[in-house]
Amino acid sequence: MGKLTLLCDAKTDGSFLVHHFLSFYLKANCKVCFVALVQSFSHYNIVGQKLGVSLTAARERGQLAVLEGLRSAVDVFFRPREQLHPLQFLREASAGDLQPLYAFVRDALEPVDGGEDAWRCPVLLVDDLSVLLSLGVGPVAVLDFVHYCRATVCREWKGNIVALVHDSGDAEDEESDVLLNGLSHQSHLILRAEGLATGFCKDVHGQLRILWRRPLQPTAHRDRSLTYQYKIQDKSVSFFAKGMSPAVL
Amino acid sequence: MLESLLALGGLVLLRDSVEWEGRSLLKALVKKSALCGEQVHVLGCEVSEEEFREGFDSSINSRLVYHDLFRDPLSWSKPGKALPGGPLEALRALDKKTSSGPATIALDSLSWLLHHLPCPTLCQTLHALSRQDSCPGDSPPGEQVRVLGLLHEELHGPGPLGALSSLAQTEVTLSGTMGQASAHILYRRPRQHPTHQTQWFSILPDFSLELQVEPPLESQPRSDPHTPSVDPTTHLTFNLHLSKKEREVKDSLTLPFQFSLEKQQALLRPGLSQATSHIFYEPDAYDDLDQEDPDDDLDV
Repeated sequence: MGKLTLLCDAKTDGSFLVHHFLSFYLKANCKVCFVALVQSFSHYNIVGQKLGVSLTAARERGQLAVLEGLRSAVDVFFRPREQLHPLQFLREASAGDLQPLYAFVRDALEPVDGGEDAWRCPVLLVDDLSVLLSLGVGPVAVLDFVHYCRATVCREWKGNIVALVHDSGDAEDEESDVLLNGLSHQSHLILRAEGLATGFCKDVHGQLRILWRRPLQPTAHRDRSLTYQYKIQDKSVSFFAKGMSPAVL
Repeated sequence: MLESLLALGGLVLLRDSVEWEGRSLLKALVKKSALCGEQVHVLGCEVSEEEFREGFDSSINSRLVYHDLFRDPLSWSKPGKALPGGPLEALRALDKKTSSGPATIALDSLSWLLHHLPCPTLCQTLHALSRQDSCPGDSPPGEQVRVLGLLHEELHGPGPLGALSSLAQTEVTLSGTMGQASAHILYRRPRQHPTHQTQWFSILPDFSLELQVEPPLESQPRSDPHTPSVDPTTHLTFNLHLSKKEREVKDSLTLPFQFSLEKQQALLRPGLSQATSHIFYEPDAYDDLDQEDPDDDLDV
């Protein structure tokens, strides 16, 4: 509880992790706020149905609050200026901050006062944060947004945050590096999906590195990282140790 | 190691990275200062107060004053939980709070402050905070103010890093190999050459420091040099070795396609070799022996 999990992908597509965490937390009866900036809602719904959850049903019963970036981005320009839209920064001439987006998240996940909450801990899921850099937000503003979400969702409400960010790798993108490193310092667990160094393979889609940071007890010889290789199938992902793919053995 | 880091006073810069985090060393230094009876002021920007105080016992926690910039640093919350004036005022206020007696200020982290304040302003405030204007002789050693700053190296360019580095009396860069952390320490004592020291260490769960021996350089386990090497040619059914006579014969052999002097002479004297070859031909019954040349009618 109260953890920030960072999903990172380099030279491959790490969105399968987003789909996994979305269906995982919905099945675990948690209240989920999903900031979906990359794909449409129906895309996530289709994949979610393969994994056994219905996003439409979850949204109707109030378990899931979705900000569909692709559709609602246009609304920014048709609203009166006084009503702050979560993506208000799109309308600003200079790089603004993400306070309206934080306000949206806070309102979506605020625990219901007084009455019994039907859901377990709140969860914020963001797909993905690198898109905000492309839309003109500075890396410090994105880090501040995640900071505030951590302060509210993780510390105050003991919820979790899962966010996807892209690693530009060789491309010399300073802003992306600052964002990735800044988030890595803030997170408790980093899941890094990497493409294989030797290129594309039909049977092994990539490699997943798991890195625990900020251990509660600073210990000297703890094994802090693990590496697995994976293959994405239609309804699941199979993991195996390096070099132990069933196709190779 | 902790005493030497705290001895000089002024600004102690802890440079860490994603792989080798420095907050546990910062907390170990805070614990050491608190155990010496000093008041410790912590300006917390990156972690909550509960998380920072975790692992300290009550005697240390009672000496720790936590200034919370984590909950609402930019005044985004409606009922403002922010410290008045924002980060800069909070930093300057520490100067007044530590005006009496020896004190330690821990900044967690300088990277956060560097992202939200202009670099010159931050450097000037740090300079004033660590009382570097007064000569070391003016204030007795007990009145020194120590500023411990945690800095995440990868988040900043060389300019701000260099500026903060030049302000620091002591600079600790954290790295390590194979699960063992190390600190490369640079001491800048006044009127002396800077001195370097590398120390391998580990932080225990109660934030006390344990020094370690440098791990061996090789990371692969070496094969045992005492195992006798086995000769693979001992039990074969064929012979791989040559005796001395066999070797001589082999070396003196001329290869068929090598153009040696003997071959050259043999080719230049064709007459001698012709007498050695004959062709004997017995024609079969159905053979058609035609003495005519079949190519005669070609008009070539």
